[in-house]
Amino acid sequence: MTAYLFRRLVSLSLSLVAASLVIFLVMEVVPGDPASFMMGINADPAAVAALRQQMGLDEPLVLRYLGWVAGLLTGDFGTSYTYRVPVSELVAERVVISLPLTLYALALSTLIAFPAGILAAARRNSAADLSVMGATQLGVAIPNFWFAMILVLVFAVNLRWFSAGGFPGWEAGVFPALKALTLPAIALALPQASILARVMRSSLIDTLDEDFMRTARAKGLSRGQALWRHALRNALIPVLTILGLQFSFLLAGGIIIENVFYLPGLGRLVFQAITQRDLIVVRSVVMLLVFAVILVTFVVDLAYAAADPRLRRARR
Amino acid sequence: MSRSVAGEISLLRMALGHPAFVVGFALSALFVALALLSFVWTPYDPTKLAIADKLQVPSLAHWFGTDHFGRDMFSMIMVGARVSIAVAFVAVGIGIGLGVPLGLYAAARRGSLVDEIIMRGNDLVFAFPSLLLAIMITAVFGPGAINAIIAIGIFNVPVFARLARGAALALWTRDFILAARVAGKGKVRISAEHILPNIANLLIVQGTIQFSLAILAEAALAYVGLGAQPPLPSWGRMLADAQTLISLAPHMALFPGFAIIVTVLGLNLMGDGLRDLFDPKLRRGRS
Repeated sequence: MTAYLFRRLVSLSLSLVAASLVIFLVMEVVPGDPASFMMGINADPAAVAALRQQMGLDEPLVLRYLGWVAGLLTGDFGTSYTYRVPVSELVAERVVISLPLTLYALALSTLIAFPAGILAAARRNSAADLSVMGATQLGVAIPNFWFAMILVLVFAVNLRWFSAGGFPGWEAGVFPALKALTLPAIALALPQASILARVMRSSLIDTLDEDFMRTARAKGLSRGQALWRHALRNALIPVLTILGLQFSFLLAGGIIIENVFYLPGLGRLVFQAITQRDLIVVRSVVMLLVFAVILVTFVVDLAYAAADPRLRRARR
Repeated sequence: MSRSVAGEISLLRMALGHPAFVVGFALSALFVALALLSFVWTPYDPTKLAIADKLQVPSLAHWFGTDHFGRDMFSMIMVGARVSIAVAFVAVGIGIGLGVPLGLYAAARRGSLVDEIIMRGNDLVFAFPSLLLAIMITAVFGPGAINAIIAIGIFNVPVFARLARGAALALWTRDFILAARVAGKGKVRISAEHILPNIANLLIVQGTIQFSLAILAEAALAYVGLGAQPPLPSWGRMLADAQTLISLAPHMALFPGFAIIVTVLGLNLMGDGLRDLFDPKLRRGRS
């Protein structure tokens, strides 16, 4: 396990280095000079040059990259061009919305998908199975931002159960804050729940066909008992992998959904920064999101290896 | 290994007897037909503003109603189909065109440095939340249909590279490949003449699935303003326009949404159907 852990840690670091390089280089080719953008079109060229120097834009590419990475490692994400505050402050303000939203959606997705998938697998080819499969087929085809709009139309505009957008802040209390995140979380969760339910179903069906299930039945367990005690645990492994992947989908999907509901999370921050050419913010937030995704994948891999020793040996 | 004519006919007969495939194919074909028709005919000019007719509900004159500029929604959806399908088609084409050769090469030179680089590069692209990078690319290079194609296409490359590599690796151990090697064929020729035809089914099935994902991705990019630019109509941007008017004119949000859902649903059903039809195990079970 130690050797495996070491190998995985090396590959984790390599992924992070490669990801940071890609993000840095992509943001380098952005047309337009941030310094002149900040100063406006009528700015004095000397002032622009001074600002360029102050922002470190005159330094060679390699130095700027290393400076950025060193900053990231010490928690210094740079200073936003437009907000004139440290990026870490902006991120800290926003992450308390984006992360709970992601986790909320993940919880909803699991709560919907597990029972649906188990029901469909346990009653294979029944009417219940067919309805679940039909619903999931529809669920993966619905764009989440469109679903979000329909939720707003029904539950905010017509029924007035929820507000159509915005966020009261956690100071307003946990319940109002969660209420504001409910429609966005449902919109995010629906397509992911559909995928998860399908994986749960097919994984469970595969497990139900295994020999040890016949043994479990032969020793006198009922179908239900055998399913709960033996099949489910074995079927969960692929499901957990998908769940890990979904974290990244939800985090990225949140970018769009936050825009639908005017939630001041990381996604809105990225979009505002893009339109304002605030590259330091874009670069650091994207890196942070990619870091979160790579880290979650890493943790899922480890959990996987801990559960199944065969996986520690070879990748292929 | 070419399939016999009789085999083709029996496959066709089975396809017609597979409800998911038939429904999926019909829905997909409907939108392709609408997109093609839009080149020669639309009920109204989808870019022509007619403020006097704005926000009309669906009627005989305007089947899907009109938007806030009085443009005919049905005409816009027809032209939007063209944009969606074209973007998705080229994006998946990029994925297949680059990914499959890379995957085949990696499989032919298994364990080589090139194989390692290709697979690690793929891991990296997978690690990025795809939507995030697509947004970053279009933000950096500017919004537009071409950049949307590139942003979506990049993510299709590793999907097809991985699929082609995995399937090809299994084939390289087979006797008929060994026979081809004994006959003196090189790795490139074997990959092109023997491996590729044998993994084509898999690629087609994955292709339909990636196609539907690309349509969803294009809609999302267009929705946030990073896809095809005005005056070219696109489903995603129609939804963005509809958002602020949702309480006033819900039809503006409903129809472009239905268009996306039906197209994606059709492609997914078709993909599922194709997978069943191409799977010899299932085929034997059916007949």
